[in-house]
Amino acid sequence: MTSGSTQAHAPTPTIPGELKVIHDATCTFCGCVCDDIELTVKDNHIIEAKRACALGKSWFLNHSVEDRPSCTIDGNPASLEQGYDRAAQILTTGKYPICYGLSDSPCEAQRVAVSIVDWINGTIDTTTSVCHGPSGMAFQGVGEVTCSLGEVANRGDMILFWGSNPAESHPRHFTKYSLMPKGMFLPNGRKDRTCVIVDVRRTKSAKAADIFIQIKPKKDFEALWTLRALAKGIELDPDLVHRETGVEFSVWSDLMDRMKACKFGVIFFGMGLTMTRGKHVNSEALLALTRDMNAHTRFVAKPNRGHGNVTGADNVVSWRTGYPFGVNHARGYPRFNPGEYTTSDTLANREADCAMMIACDPMANFSQPAREHLATIPYIALDTKETPTTRSAAVAFAVATYGINTGGTVYRMDDVPIPLRPAFASPHPSDYDVLTAIELRVKKILGIT
Amino acid sequence: MTSPDYTKISQGIVYDPRNGIDGEIRDIWILDGRVVDAPADPSVRASKTIDASGLVVMPGGIDMHCHIAGPKVNVARKMRPEEKRRGEQMPRTNITHSGSMGSVPSTFATGYKYAALGYTTAFDAAIPPIAARHAHEEFEDTPCIDKGFYVLMGNNHYVMQSLMNNEPHKLKAFIAWLLTSTKGFAPKLVNPGGVEVWKSKQAGNVSGLDTKVDHFGVTPRQIICGVAQAAAELALPHPVHIHCNNLGMPGNWETTLETMRALNGYRGHITHIQFHSYGGGNGDENTFNSKVIPLVEYVNSHPNITVDVGQVLFGETTSMTGDGPLGYFLSKVYGGKWFSSDTEMESGCGITPIKYRNKSLVHALQWAIGLEWYLLVKDPWQVVMSTDHPNGGSFLAYPQIIRFLMDKTYRRDVLKTCPPAILERSTLWEIDREYTLNEIAIITRAGPARILGLNNKGHLGVGADADITIYTPHENKEVMFEMPRVVIKSGRVLVEQGEIRETLIGKTLHVQPNYDLDVETDIQEWFEKYYSISWRNYPVDLSYLYESCVIPTRRGS
Repeated sequence: MTSGSTQAHAPTPTIPGELKVIHDATCTFCGCVCDDIELTVKDNHIIEAKRACALGKSWFLNHSVEDRPSCTIDGNPASLEQGYDRAAQILTTGKYPICYGLSDSPCEAQRVAVSIVDWINGTIDTTTSVCHGPSGMAFQGVGEVTCSLGEVANRGDMILFWGSNPAESHPRHFTKYSLMPKGMFLPNGRKDRTCVIVDVRRTKSAKAADIFIQIKPKKDFEALWTLRALAKGIELDPDLVHRETGVEFSVWSDLMDRMKACKFGVIFFGMGLTMTRGKHVNSEALLALTRDMNAHTRFVAKPNRGHGNVTGADNVVSWRTGYPFGVNHARGYPRFNPGEYTTSDTLANREADCAMMIACDPMANFSQPAREHLATIPYIALDTKETPTTRSAAVAFAVATYGINTGGTVYRMDDVPIPLRPAFASPHPSDYDVLTAIELRVKKILGIT
Repeated sequence: MTSPDYTKISQGIVYDPRNGIDGEIRDIWILDGRVVDAPADPSVRASKTIDASGLVVMPGGIDMHCHIAGPKVNVARKMRPEEKRRGEQMPRTNITHSGSMGSVPSTFATGYKYAALGYTTAFDAAIPPIAARHAHEEFEDTPCIDKGFYVLMGNNHYVMQSLMNNEPHKLKAFIAWLLTSTKGFAPKLVNPGGVEVWKSKQAGNVSGLDTKVDHFGVTPRQIICGVAQAAAELALPHPVHIHCNNLGMPGNWETTLETMRALNGYRGHITHIQFHSYGGGNGDENTFNSKVIPLVEYVNSHPNITVDVGQVLFGETTSMTGDGPLGYFLSKVYGGKWFSSDTEMESGCGITPIKYRNKSLVHALQWAIGLEWYLLVKDPWQVVMSTDHPNGGSFLAYPQIIRFLMDKTYRRDVLKTCPPAILERSTLWEIDREYTLNEIAIITRAGPARILGLNNKGHLGVGADADITIYTPHENKEVMFEMPRVVIKSGRVLVEQGEIRETLIGKTLHVQPNYDLDVETDIQEWFEKYYSISWRNYPVDLSYLYESCVIPTRRGS
């Protein structure tokens, strides 16, 4: 069985000195995955990125193909073939191989990564485990009432952001999807919407809000349960609510009145909720509140996902294993246990004895025990740039950048799959190429037909 | 010159209803993945001979209504870890990937399990067009079977707008454009109009065929009739696949009958009809009863209508539907976790865990009503086996359903475990009919192939795809059908006695009917006004299909 046989679309050739325009290109910088970008390319440089936000412009315009070897072994330049052989040898020798990252890689490559992990009885995990993993767990507890971003644009007349700062993290969120668009049932755009922002600090997004509610740090859960109680008509002690949440009771009851009165409410939530005290219990409270609100009006919730294709990673890992992240195959079949099979844990617990890191940088952002352990085990790293993780890798591959040099598919934060239109070719192989080559060798070593 | 590489299935007891073969001993010759005539030269030998003497040979099974791919199915996989850890495990082997089971198996597990059951083709019944790419990606990871999907369009804004403006030519072009853009197989209506109302207000829904849909001013009846007519004019292989309004509600049989009438004589397929055959009033469960008889009388006298059953089996499963308001209703009934998702311009979705209990009168009646449908439709070519996997139960329950149909004693034994009130509210106890093997071959392969317009499937005549299942006869038909002796797909032996021997990825079946290309300008204008993705990034190109197979229209184009 071959896996992920769909070939990524190759970019059209660039003629030296001539301008090439790519219409409807897709920006993979954040979870908004805007697919209306017009790129102008000259001599393997993007010189214009129309409609892209500040982050998108920086993503496209600063992109250059790094002049470094496509493969290094123990820091020394090596041929790709040598790299593939060594990678396969590392992955098949280990007793507890792990694979992590994936959220800045197209689905086609993610599928091959999951295949490799299956063949080597390894553990697969994605960056979801350190961002919206708690939301995934909360989802397994209560479910989720949600919608696609076009529904928000066409119907959302009350938009809440909770622990999320899209003005800085998702700059086109307001203009393309959530606040400014003139939608089918909101002909006046922003004027037809109420925007509420709940956060522990006055973020740059707060300026966009009609109502900004600053709650006490680490009190998201209490604030959400205050709203749940109000939604159900349960009497509360106003002083206690004020003390616990740091916000006057009247503010919450006014908010609930508005929530009940709107036609289609939307709550976008971010890591300010999922990665603070309470974690998945916070997400669960928010998802439950959203569900409760459907007894009064239509209400939906949506995590504001960060990485360009983290949603694709959730989907690919789920359809192949049945679980979204943190999946262990040591027994030959998938098992799921966040906190045990998630990468920060397999490293910090010193269980993993080899690794493959794809489009992620744990050496820069994991806990010290995790980093220390990673430094002691042989691992493979695939990244477009040189990072602390690639620098300490046994085998490092410099790969082409998805959406700029290679095609494929990414899933927007609302699970809408979008194709990529690459701008120009890279001398480096794609994630898909590297992983496919490694998979072939792994299968050969293991005698898999 | 080397002689052609024939495979011969020798001396099996062949059931091939489309070609009028009812349990006759025959040889079947296979070459290049198709059934061929026996070579004229008697000295030509097959390179591989499968001795099927004493064994039953049928075309591969076709599941024409299941949920196996796409966003809704994948959400259900993510949502239900609790039922996987304790259930059957699917370890990897040297030729197969690992997977997980539960009520919503992972992609590889789905493909292997279908093949091991003797099914070689399956259609996912509800894909939102904007997520078509996702369904195709999963299909490529769903091995061993050919697949296709139906495209949700019963609440599509352009469909309703064309009907509101009385522009049938636009509707027709849109349906063809949407099927072509998504590489889909057939138009699917799910609670036509009702999902749009759900999106616009609390607990919103339509109440019957003549409720006007807010904003668009059209009725479910207009949507059903309009799409059926357009599909007929496009000569689609499978014209329209209908999940009626009011699914699951006591008294909904009248809506179902009205839906059949609304087809105005055009061909139409009413799916999981078990869920739409209930008597009783005003949402009152105490009055719940079977109304199969009046509905079946209509089907028996209207050959334009076909149905699949959506059989309920006792046990735990996951309810998943494009019917958003139904998902809300079920989540309130069962009180468990609930997923709902509204998709812009197109559709909705509802998912919730569910458990059917034989001690519950309502559940037992649902079970009995499903069996009544199989047993009361006179012409087996009009009724198809389905569980609406995983809604009524898993596709893995098909062998058990076959036993219910072929063994009235077994059926009655199970009926005896249900609440006695069931005897007054359904006619199942009184039905003596037992299916023959030939009739089973009709409702599981030949019939669905004909209803779907698949000329190369569901039979074993010359030119047919060599998708063939060989069973060991057994007195207990559940035993006979749950583990085929040999399963052949595209001429290759994939399974022997439950063991996967070889895998392949399989074809994607889709349609590309001709349409008035001028209408695309109008569609584009509408699209760019309201969608959140770019027009050019919407259609799915052929690179997403591992092996494309275009099924011609009924005009042959």
